[in-house]
Amino acid sequence: MNAPLRLTNLCKQYGGTLVVDGLDLELEAGRCHGLLGPNGAGKTTTLRLALGLIGADAGTVELLGHPMPADAALARRKVGVVPQVDSLDPDFTVRENLHTYGRYFGMKGAEIEARIPDLLDFSGLNGKADAPILTLSGGMKRRLTLARALVNDPDLVFLDEPTTGLDPQARHLIWQGLRRLIARGKTLLLTTHFMDEAERLCDVISVIDHGRVIVRGSPRELIASNIEPHVVEIYGDGLAEWKACASDFCRRCEQAGETLFCYTEAPERVVAELATRPGLRYLHRPANLEDVFLKLTGRDLRD
Amino acid sequence: MIDFAWYPVWRRNFLVWKKLAGPSLLGNLADPMLYMLGLGYGLGRLLPAVEGVPYLNFLAAGTLAYSVMNSATFETLYSAFSRMHVQKTWDAILNTPLTLKDVMLGELMWATSKSLLSGIAILLVIAVLGLYADFALLLALLPVAVLTGFCFAGMGLAINAVSPNYDFFLYYFTLAITPMVLLGGVFYPPSALPDWLAAIAAWLPLTHAVELARPLVLGRIPDGIGLHVFMLLAYGVVGFWAALALTRKRLLR
Repeated sequence: MNAPLRLTNLCKQYGGTLVVDGLDLELEAGRCHGLLGPNGAGKTTTLRLALGLIGADAGTVELLGHPMPADAALARRKVGVVPQVDSLDPDFTVRENLHTYGRYFGMKGAEIEARIPDLLDFSGLNGKADAPILTLSGGMKRRLTLARALVNDPDLVFLDEPTTGLDPQARHLIWQGLRRLIARGKTLLLTTHFMDEAERLCDVISVIDHGRVIVRGSPRELIASNIEPHVVEIYGDGLAEWKACASDFCRRCEQAGETLFCYTEAPERVVAELATRPGLRYLHRPANLEDVFLKLTGRDLRD
Repeated sequence: MIDFAWYPVWRRNFLVWKKLAGPSLLGNLADPMLYMLGLGYGLGRLLPAVEGVPYLNFLAAGTLAYSVMNSATFETLYSAFSRMHVQKTWDAILNTPLTLKDVMLGELMWATSKSLLSGIAILLVIAVLGLYADFALLLALLPVAVLTGFCFAGMGLAINAVSPNYDFFLYYFTLAITPMVLLGGVFYPPSALPDWLAAIAAWLPLTHAVELARPLVLGRIPDGIGLHVFMLLAYGVVGFWAALALTRKRLLR
C-alpha cells in the first residue's frame, strides 16, 4: 500500500534560516508515528508543509497519494487534525461544533448527525452533546477536538501535542482513544514533548533536530541502538570525587545541574561502589526514550 | 462555474449570530435611529427645507449608508479579528478542505449580509415614518446596501489582516471612518463643502453610497450611477484582494 504521507528532501527557510533542511519522512499505513524534537526543531513547520498550508522551498510532499500543496483541498478530505491550540467554537455546543466542522468537509447534516453518537462515545462525551463549550473541562475540550478531527472519518490523523496541559487522568483517556484509532486501522502522526507518551503509543519514532530526521525506529530499537541499557542518577555530597573516578565504573557520564547521569551496561558495579559512599544518593532505572532524546539533541534549553 | 465553497463559513457565522440575533438587531438599529431621529427632529426644527425636503427626510438616506457601512466595518474588524486571531476559528477551518480564499469569501459574504440586514432595518423605519417619495425606488436601496456592505467588508478585511490587536482599529476609525461620516454627505449636501474639501470627499467610498441612496429615498433616479457603482466596487475589490494577500502572508507563511 502507498505511504499515507511521504516527505522527500523537504526544505523551508524563513529569513535565511533553514527551518526544515532536507527532511525525509515516510509513514506506514495503520501505524502510529511519533515526531519528536526540541522547540524550534521544525516539527510544526513540517506538519504545516505536510498539510499543504505552506509550500516548500524544495522537495516534495505527497499526502494520501496527492501532490501538495497543489491538491491540498482534495487530500485534506481524508485527513484529521488535532491542533496544538484550542480552536473549538466557544459560541456553540458540543453537537454544534461537530456539525459545523463536518460542513467544512462538504458533509450533509444527516450524515454528520449519524456519526455524532459514535464520536461522542469514542471521546467519552456521552450526555454532553448539548453542553456549551464553556462548561467543558480542559480534558473534555481536547477529547472533543479529537472527535472533531474524526468527523470526516479520516485515514490519517495529525496530532500536534494532543495532551499538553492535561492532568494524568485526562492524558490516559486520550491515549485510550488513540489506541482505539490505531486498532481501527488509522494512521497517526503525533508530535509530543512527553517521551513516555511517544514510548507508549508510537510504533515508529522519528527524532528531528535542525530541520532533519536524525534517527528513526521503534522506541525499543532507538533505546537499544543509541544508549546504554541502564542509568544511575547520582546526587548529594561527594559528587565531585565520584565524578573523578566514575569512568572506572560506567561507560558514559553527563552532569546536569547537581545530578550526574551514569550510563552503563553493568549497573551492579556502580551500585556496589555507591554503597561505599554514604553521602551520595542515587536512583537506578532502565534507560528510556528521554535519555535517547537528550543524548541526541543535547541538554541545552531551546527557546 | 460559481464556487460555493465559502458557504459553510458564512453558515457558521450565521448560526452564531442567530443565537444572539435579538440584541444584535437592536444594536444595529438603535445607534442609527438615535442619530436619525435626534438630529432629524432636533436640528430639523431649526433648518429650512434641505434640497427641498424636511431635514429628517434628507437625513434618512445618509443614515442608511452610514449604518450599512458600520455593520460591515464592525463585522470585519472586531468580529473577524476574534475569529482569526483570538478563537483561531480560521486556523481550524484551514485544516479542512477549505482554503483561505473560501474562509475570507465567507467572511466577506457574511459581513455583506449583515449590512443588508441593517439596510433592511433602516428601510423599514423609513417606510413606516413615510420618509420616502416612491416605494419602488425605495426598494432599489437594497442593492445599494449590498454594494456598500461589500465595499466596506473588503476594506475592513484588509485592515483586519494587518492588525496586531483590537486597539489598532481605532486608527481606521479615526483616519477613515469618521472623516467619511463627516465629509461623505451623510448630514448635509456635499455642495455645502468648500471646493478643496469636496474634492477630497469625492474620493471617499461613503460619498458614493450616499449619492446613490439619497435620490432613491427622495424619489429620483441617481445621477452618475456608473461612477458610484464603479467606485464602491473598486474599493471593495481592491480591499478584498489586498486582504487576501495580506492574510495569506500573516497566516500561511
